[in-house]
Amino acid sequence: MNAEALHTHDAPPIGRTAAPLVHPLWVRIAHWVNVVAMALMVTSGWRVYNASPLFGFEFPEAITLGGWLGGALMWHFAAMWLLAVNGLVYLTLGFVTGRFRHKLLPISPRAVIADVKAALTGHLSHDDLAVYNAVQRLLYAGIMVVGVVVVLSGLSIWKPVQLQELTALFGGYEAARYVHFACMAAIVAFVFIHVVMALLVPRSLRAMITGR
Amino acid sequence: MARAPHVIPGVDKNLLIKDAAKLLPDPARRGFLKGAASLGALTFLTGCDITDGVSAEKVLRQISRFNDCAQAVLLKRGLLAQTYPESAITRPFPFNAYYNLDEAPEVDPADYKLSVGGMVANNRPWTLDQLYALPQEKQITRHICVEGWSAIGSWTGVRLSEFLARVGADTRARYVWFRCAEGYSNTIDMATALHPQTQMTFRFDNEILPRAYGFPMKIRMPTKLGFKNPKYVVAMEVTNQDRGGYWENQGYNWFSGL
Repeated sequence: MNAEALHTHDAPPIGRTAAPLVHPLWVRIAHWVNVVAMALMVTSGWRVYNASPLFGFEFPEAITLGGWLGGALMWHFAAMWLLAVNGLVYLTLGFVTGRFRHKLLPISPRAVIADVKAALTGHLSHDDLAVYNAVQRLLYAGIMVVGVVVVLSGLSIWKPVQLQELTALFGGYEAARYVHFACMAAIVAFVFIHVVMALLVPRSLRAMITGR
Repeated sequence: MARAPHVIPGVDKNLLIKDAAKLLPDPARRGFLKGAASLGALTFLTGCDITDGVSAEKVLRQISRFNDCAQAVLLKRGLLAQTYPESAITRPFPFNAYYNLDEAPEVDPADYKLSVGGMVANNRPWTLDQLYALPQEKQITRHICVEGWSAIGSWTGVRLSEFLARVGADTRARYVWFRCAEGYSNTIDMATALHPQTQMTFRFDNEILPRAYGFPMKIRMPTKLGFKNPKYVVAMEVTNQDRGGYWENQGYNWFSGL
């Protein structure tokens, strides 16, 4: 509509471009709310982990949130509402608007392998931000699954009696703690790759802020 | 924030803190949000100073109270915690407190009297022999600590609901409050007090409850985190007043249901 209007005039107004909308407003809001929620959940979760570590290490206190176990738990059980409500809105809109179907499907193993090869040899193009390559599709779809599992395993740890069927699904309370930790690790790894890519392709960061 | 924690008279406070040093808030720093300084980037993003200790802590405590309500709604009254076979019992079962074992209360069974108060018809105190004479049952359930670890134990004792009926407690009251020999205390919701697995425990692993696990009596609730399961209980009160508790006053979630 905009493009048509521009053609009927001699020249487009200065500074106006007809760049297509890459990310609608709801995607951008949900993305940045999720950044805040995830940062709170992960850093407070590290502090909770330190109270009874599953492995032979603790997270440095300086990068944890809460100051002590009780403080960390307060943050964790406050930010969970932000994470859950925002996540539900995002997933609902993603399915209802068809965005997930259009943007993320299909994901074929062959395309993923080809795109990984292309990425490693520096031949993977990010010219069109509106179209995700196969690696992006796999990672974005995958991290949503991880996001759902991290919430469900978290609920299993929080309510192992009231939600005992769910906890049993993860193999019991102790196993659910490991699942919860593994999901956190996957999320942190994803964020690392995601941020590196955003820095390598700054236009993608701009698109997540302005939409274009 | 919290009231000054009760301590055992005559026990060095520094010793008390030793066991839980990494868990306790540093009283000198007061607000536990100082650790949030590393979230400067987040402050920048949101434009509000979430590291502002006092106001953030206030909001967090309000959300924690909201979570109490959410958990009360989630609580399915008749739903039992999973039980396990003898072979699943964790041996040795961990001792955990904010003090060392050699500083744990030593209660003389001959002098022991459980005082019962508040909204009850009969507030006469109970001796151990009287308590032991009540019908007992055993449960093998998972004890889950607020720190994250868990252990399976075997507890034998009297249903709290049975005892509350015998003392003529008004079970329309909102809370039951427990006080312990060392000054520890706890308030629980009536729904949990009446839960069939909430137990006045006198035996652990078929033996008289050892000092480490709360001799002569602990309150076992497999539907609540470990710190809500008081040991060395010397008094209980049926009340409409939320009297908080040792850890709850410092910031652990009040309901702490499982």
